[in-house]
Amino acid sequence: MYLKDIVTILEGETLIPSADLAVEVPCAFASDLISDILMCTKEPTLLLTGLTNNQVIRLADMIDIVGIIFVRGKRPLDEIVEMARERKLPLICTKMTMYRSSGLLFNAGLRSCKI
Amino acid sequence: MQDFAAVRSEMGEFWNIRSGLEESVKGFFSAPPEADVVLESLIPEKDFNTAGKGSAEVKNLLKRLGVDPEVLRRVAVAAYEAEINVAAHSRGGMMDSYIHSDLIHVVFRDKGPGIADIAQAMVPGFSTADDMVREMGFGAGLGLPNIQKNADALHITSSAGGSTVLEFLIYFANNER
Ligand SMILES: Nc1ncnc2c1ncn2[C@@H]1O[C@H](COP(=O)(O)OP(=O)(O)OP(=O)(O)O)[C@@H](O)[C@H]1O
Ligand SMILES: [Mg+2]
Repeated sequence: MYLKDIVTILEGETLIPSADLAVEVPCAFASDLISDILMCTKEPTLLLTGLTNNQVIRLADMIDIVGIIFVRGKRPLDEIVEMARERKLPLICTKMTMYRSSGLLFNAGLRSCKI
Repeated sequence: MQDFAAVRSEMGEFWNIRSGLEESVKGFFSAPPEADVVLESLIPEKDFNTAGKGSAEVKNLLKRLGVDPEVLRRVAVAAYEAEINVAAHSRGGMMDSYIHSDLIHVVFRDKGPGIADIAQAMVPGFSTADDMVREMGFGAGLGLPNIQKNADALHITSSAGGSTVLEFLIYFANNER
């Protein structure tokens, strides 16, 4: 599945227009706990989260995150979007809840990351 | 009669060494060789703008040195968790990274208030994180277990009221499984 398919499924809004959405997404993980995300991400992973602070962007310096979906209408501040732009990290907002977003992506064939 | 146990500040220590590496780890700590490269960074208290920069810097340097990506991930995760702990739970401290030809040794020293019971702090799920720290997405109580899982050797010394020193070793030869 590609990032652009994910944007369509989640009726998402891309926060970084220049971001490359033709990226293949192998798997996903959903959590609002940083340590949980760090513990479970060992391969390129799409992150679904309600966290919008700078540490969630900094995570991408440590582990391989292919993009971040901010669920339930949450939106990071401009300076945080800028941090992601510097890292070429795609950011997508969706109004859907974490549960609904995850369910739709799972049904569409996006597997969960290996833990 | 005075209760000495209550008066004396008990120094706690924790060791975990990946099985099979006991000899090399003991050898390293009994006579630490001089590092090829040393990186230092400051970790200010509750400064979540800065927190994580030191770990990212170390990861980038090791990447340039050609370290295996899976080992890089383990170093980054362990360093980041320890760096965040100093920012989140202490009055601030330092992170010193010593890079050798075959391993990295990272030492975190903070200004207290220390960990009264290290064994309890190591239990997955145990956390004393305050509301501000939890709001950032921390406080799962998984940071120390995560460091233990990713490091080849982990050593913590601390006491209630004192400072905490956490150091870990990760070999560049991938020793995980
Ligand atoms: N440098 C430190 N100084 C004082 N206390 C510490 C320090 N590091 C850890 N602790 C104590 O150990 C507990 C467990 O740490 P751990 O990293 O496992 O979880 P956490 O930081 O609370 O949550 P998480 O890391 O999952 O976000 C902390 O809540 C804190 O009480
Ligand atoms: Mg922690």
